[in-house]
Amino acid sequence: MVKKKHAVDVLEKCPTGIKGLDEITKGGLPRGRPTLICGGAGSGKTLFAMEFLMRGAMDYGEPGVFMTFEETPEDLAKNFISLGFDLHDMMSRGLIAMDHVKIERNEIEETGEYDLEGLFIRLGNAIDSIGAKRVVLDTIEALFAGLSNAAIIRAELRRLFHWLKDRGMTAIVTGESGDKMLTRYGLEEYVADCVILLDFRIDEQISTRRLRIIKYRGSSHGSDEYPFLIDESGLSILPITSLGLDYHVSSERISTGIPKLDTMLAGKGFYRGSTILVSGTAGTGKTSMSATFAEAACRRGERCLFFAFEESPSQIIRNMGSIGIDLARWVKKGLLKFHSARPSLYGLEMHLLTFHKVIEEFNPQVFIVDPISNLSAAGTASEVKSILTRLIDYLKMKKISTFLTDLTHFTGSLEHTSEEISSLIDTWLLLRDIELKGERNRGLYILKSRGMAHSNQIQEFLLTNQGIDLIDIYTGSGEVLTGSARATQEADEKASALAHRREADRRLREQERKRNALETKIAALRAEFDMETEEVDLMAEEERKKQAVLAEDRLDMDHLRKGKPSAPQALRSKKKRRGE
Amino acid sequence: MKAVSSGKRKKAKTDATEEIWNLRLYVAGQTPKSIAAFTNLKKICEEHLAGKYRIEVIDLLKNPQLAKGDQIIAIPTLVRKLPEPLKKIIGDLANTERVLVGLDIRSVSG
Repeated sequence: MVKKKHAVDVLEKCPTGIKGLDEITKGGLPRGRPTLICGGAGSGKTLFAMEFLMRGAMDYGEPGVFMTFEETPEDLAKNFISLGFDLHDMMSRGLIAMDHVKIERNEIEETGEYDLEGLFIRLGNAIDSIGAKRVVLDTIEALFAGLSNAAIIRAELRRLFHWLKDRGMTAIVTGESGDKMLTRYGLEEYVADCVILLDFRIDEQISTRRLRIIKYRGSSHGSDEYPFLIDESGLSILPITSLGLDYHVSSERISTGIPKLDTMLAGKGFYRGSTILVSGTAGTGKTSMSATFAEAACRRGERCLFFAFEESPSQIIRNMGSIGIDLARWVKKGLLKFHSARPSLYGLEMHLLTFHKVIEEFNPQVFIVDPISNLSAAGTASEVKSILTRLIDYLKMKKISTFLTDLTHFTGSLEHTSEEISSLIDTWLLLRDIELKGERNRGLYILKSRGMAHSNQIQEFLLTNQGIDLIDIYTGSGEVLTGSARATQEADEKASALAHRREADRRLREQERKRNALETKIAALRAEFDMETEEVDLMAEEERKKQAVLAEDRLDMDHLRKGKPSAPQALRSKKKRRGE
Repeated sequence: MKAVSSGKRKKAKTDATEEIWNLRLYVAGQTPKSIAAFTNLKKICEEHLAGKYRIEVIDLLKNPQLAKGDQIIAIPTLVRKLPEPLKKIIGDLANTERVLVGLDIRSVSG
């Protein structure tokens, strides 16, 4: 092999714009070189190539040529539309040039020497017509099927790839997987710089697409198998290996939506960005708790993403309406987003990918999965654990508060999650049935809550039409009572307390009455006394007046008798007159 | 596009059933293979289709956009436009036997 000496030439990369691919290739495909994409039928080779061109044209200002050897331009246009790109429009704007190379073996007779200059001319013409920077050849192997002289084809392919390099084209060449080789006709022999394998596997009737970079000369790259997703926004590949434990944590607290539960959690609720698990048997109110938490988040103006694996969004909204939680308005406001899917719809990796994708799009502060236990339908226990570990790591890194519910089964211990993820959980609430005296009631307690003092009490969990309420369980007289038993007991106690209070009241009233009586008596006596005093005064006055009158009479009598006036009496009468 | 040679028409041969063979040879510049192909084609036509053929030589270096129409990938390519159906022969046409088979000439002249 002849090595070109470009000592200072750092490999330049051409961003593909495909979600996640640029991360795992650390920048994109090698610029100005061909890359081989190989894979089986239906593994997404054409779509990969197509998106590479489209993103190049739309996002990086690099027009591209699509040379198709198999699909007709009409079919391709349809595929492009499904990715949200209007091929015809892009062609008319000179962003994409399309050439359909059709080789009909039965029309062609070969005699003597030839070369594939025609192909070069067509490609060159297409490149020049729009000033293309990117080229896709899909699938050039069709040449081998259409022409019989493999020696010529091989020589010409070698020349073609050199020619593309010389023209500085970043090219994608697709190839069908072969039995022993990567591609049926050994294209990897010519395209030595970068080889990417797409794989489409079905395990237990669930298909997963995976991508692996087999080779990337002159560049480091992720070497794992990365699952990827094809949907209406194209391909998404996510580098979803575990992210490690070096994330920052928040000490901010957020409400659970249930005031009593906040109180139980040291009065403040969950930590922001922590992982909360609610486990419980069927019908213990897990979804209702999730909805309450979601509503609390929306009330704070946060965005909440609700992954429902059991119910449709409208069903959840209806059911939560019955306990007084109006989720529809938050959906309308755009703060709450539901994502419903059956767990068995696709594989675990795909679920993880979907999680990532939707989280990236919606950017929530609160993320709810109801319930995670259903994921076990899509994979084995160890796979589920690995997926959840990666998911939780990812969510922690993004400081998203995560609320997971877990349906535990009646058999076995309740403190055993079906996915064995307890070590990943920060706050673990357990909802359980308490069966007593022919009733089943719900009880809630905190199994663990990292980094906070939390209540050790079992609370009775009530679903009312105003939402969730927690009530202290009756623990008097040495037994735990819930439901109507608690109510009866409480009523009894209330009755006897009432009787006690009544007795005390009665005594109090008696005393009051006595005091009143006493005061009345005192008042009567005082009145009597006052009256007597008045009488005495009156009598004294009258006596005095009587004396005065008597004295006057005596004077008059003196006048009448013409006796010598008594001087002092006369004086007094003069004074009296003057005073009148 | 240039018509290098139109067959010397025999004045009297205006048979209604007689068809004119419309052949198109795609080349890319004056390469030895192209020249060989043209020479070989000329010879075969003169021998088997004298007076009822027309050869168009298309140089794709000058008219690259024409390669699409006839789905040309190999050079040289000979296309039998008429009579139908369309036939293609690729290569320098050195093997006369195969050219005759490819063009289906035996049946006409024989």
